[in-house]
Amino acid sequence: MMSTRAEKASTVARDTTRRIAMGKRKGIWKEQLFKYVLILCIVIAFVTLLALIIHSAWLGRGRLDLNLITQMPSTLNPETSGMQSALWGTVILMVGVLVTVVPLGISAAVYLEEYADTERWWNRFIELNIQNLAAVPSIVFGILGLAYVVREGFAFGPVAYAGSLTLAMLVLPTVILASREALKAVPDSIRQASYGMGATKWQTVWHQVLPVAVPGMITGTILAMSRAIGETAPLLLVGATTFVTFNPDSAFAGAYTAIPVQIYQWASRPQPEFRELAAAGVILLIVVLLIMNSAAIWLRNRYSRFDL
Amino acid sequence: MSTTTRTDRPSVVLVAQSSRWGEKLIHFWLGFCALSSVIITVGIVLALFTPLPEFFSRVDFRAFFSADPWAPALATPSFGVWNIVVGTLNVTMYALIVAIPAGLGAAIYLSEFAGRRARKVLKPVLEVLEGVPTVAYGIFAFIFVTPLLRDNWPTWLPGDLGDAPGIFSSGAAGLVLGVMIIPTVASISEDAMSAVPRSLREGAYGLGSTRMQVATKVVVPAALSGIVAGFVLGVSRAIGETMVVLLAAGASPNLTLMPNESVLPMTAFIGRTATGDISVGTDVYFTIFAVGALLFTMTFLMNMISIALVRRFREQYE
Repeated sequence: MMSTRAEKASTVARDTTRRIAMGKRKGIWKEQLFKYVLILCIVIAFVTLLALIIHSAWLGRGRLDLNLITQMPSTLNPETSGMQSALWGTVILMVGVLVTVVPLGISAAVYLEEYADTERWWNRFIELNIQNLAAVPSIVFGILGLAYVVREGFAFGPVAYAGSLTLAMLVLPTVILASREALKAVPDSIRQASYGMGATKWQTVWHQVLPVAVPGMITGTILAMSRAIGETAPLLLVGATTFVTFNPDSAFAGAYTAIPVQIYQWASRPQPEFRELAAAGVILLIVVLLIMNSAAIWLRNRYSRFDL
Repeated sequence: MSTTTRTDRPSVVLVAQSSRWGEKLIHFWLGFCALSSVIITVGIVLALFTPLPEFFSRVDFRAFFSADPWAPALATPSFGVWNIVVGTLNVTMYALIVAIPAGLGAAIYLSEFAGRRARKVLKPVLEVLEGVPTVAYGIFAFIFVTPLLRDNWPTWLPGDLGDAPGIFSSGAAGLVLGVMIIPTVASISEDAMSAVPRSLREGAYGLGSTRMQVATKVVVPAALSGIVAGFVLGVSRAIGETMVVLLAAGASPNLTLMPNESVLPMTAFIGRTATGDISVGTDVYFTIFAVGALLFTMTFLMNMISIALVRRFREQYE
């Protein structure tokens, strides 16, 4: 009796094992094919970027020299033309974005993460609003800038800070979201200990929470700035369109242009010399971005090692 | 029941004895900064919609939403916005043909197949991909992809589809745009798939399913609303993207869904018009705001659908 049951069990087990093995063998090529198709999906994006970089480097190879950054743009001598004014324009623009968006974004994140009662409808509304703002097309920010920063409202006119303010509004959601993540990662025990010692809310935030969250916030800010550097469309609407052969006087005076705008202008000219310049400009821009992104990722990995 | 919980709480509420004005001021300031994002949204809505009454006093409402020719800058202007809306839809359609399967495939791979080490490398690289400037993709589409398509066009195709594209091609712009939004679609879909509880997968494995079966029959259906949210956000990004279509899709507002023709998407119209010199108060100037308002409305609806889907998904599993 016992033996037959055990025998029966063992045959069932053997049978099942065989069936599973057969099923695996039967479907294994399908499984493998599926996996390779998935890998192909992810590779498409990388290969396109690689093709983009190689194409630009090849096309712009003759122009990747010092002239590119030391010379002013010129329509008469495209062979020696450069993008010095655009480079300065971008530097001024980015300083403007940085001083505007960092205090605003971090304060907003501190409010939402440390102060706000998320049950309240207005705080939920602010969160919903930030989520939506992050997905508004960049050119719409350009129209906002045109209407209320350049012409009316602030009425700065087409100066560099008008571009900075427009880009700052564009990347504000990125900075807020990244800073909130950084604040979320700060363990609650630190706050509790601080309160236990009699610290007020702000003392706790300023002396305990913010110092721990700073690396995460810097990472988020670098990523936001790298988005702002490559942004072209809104700048077309807020004044960075003119052909500028001199550096901007200041953030609040004089015409300005920026690297991506200069690249766009060169690319839309029919002569091959300008296309080469545009390609060289793309390489310059990508190198700058790679450095910024690597710095951000390095910072994140360096500080996430201290598991708090 | 309620009495026992009440006794658990301290009977005296501890508060500071003096009201701290500094603390309150800081609280107020931080709240104001958070409110700035709402102010920006209000600013966008006002900037786009307040010029509309003036615009529609000059242009007939019905003529605007019609298939009349699109020529706002001509001496006898005509404002059939349908032409540029179709231009946007044309490019978006080709972008989605690339971005939806590739984004979903990339997400399934990252969530279900990739090992820990592969994920650790691939996810940051995907983030970097999202940060490549759009003007670089635009130049690539214009100087590289369009000539490539032109030289290898399947001219044996029937009818107009067999004509090789000229300098501009909506198909080339769409393809590059599609590759550009793969990371967006992939990262949101991947988030959704990662949030599917392990127990569901293990149940399926326990029943003898293979990885592919688990991925396609368990994880993808379970994460569907999150995945659709990724698609919708991808559509929103494709509609709102400017530089690629500005450089590669062209300037002629053709009412067509063909990939081998030049079209003028809405964003390209705004960008192109803004680059030239336009004086305040002209019809063309107001047209920028009208098209912008339409663009904002379309993407706003998409974003709201996407956010609602993500929320519903989170409520299900978290």
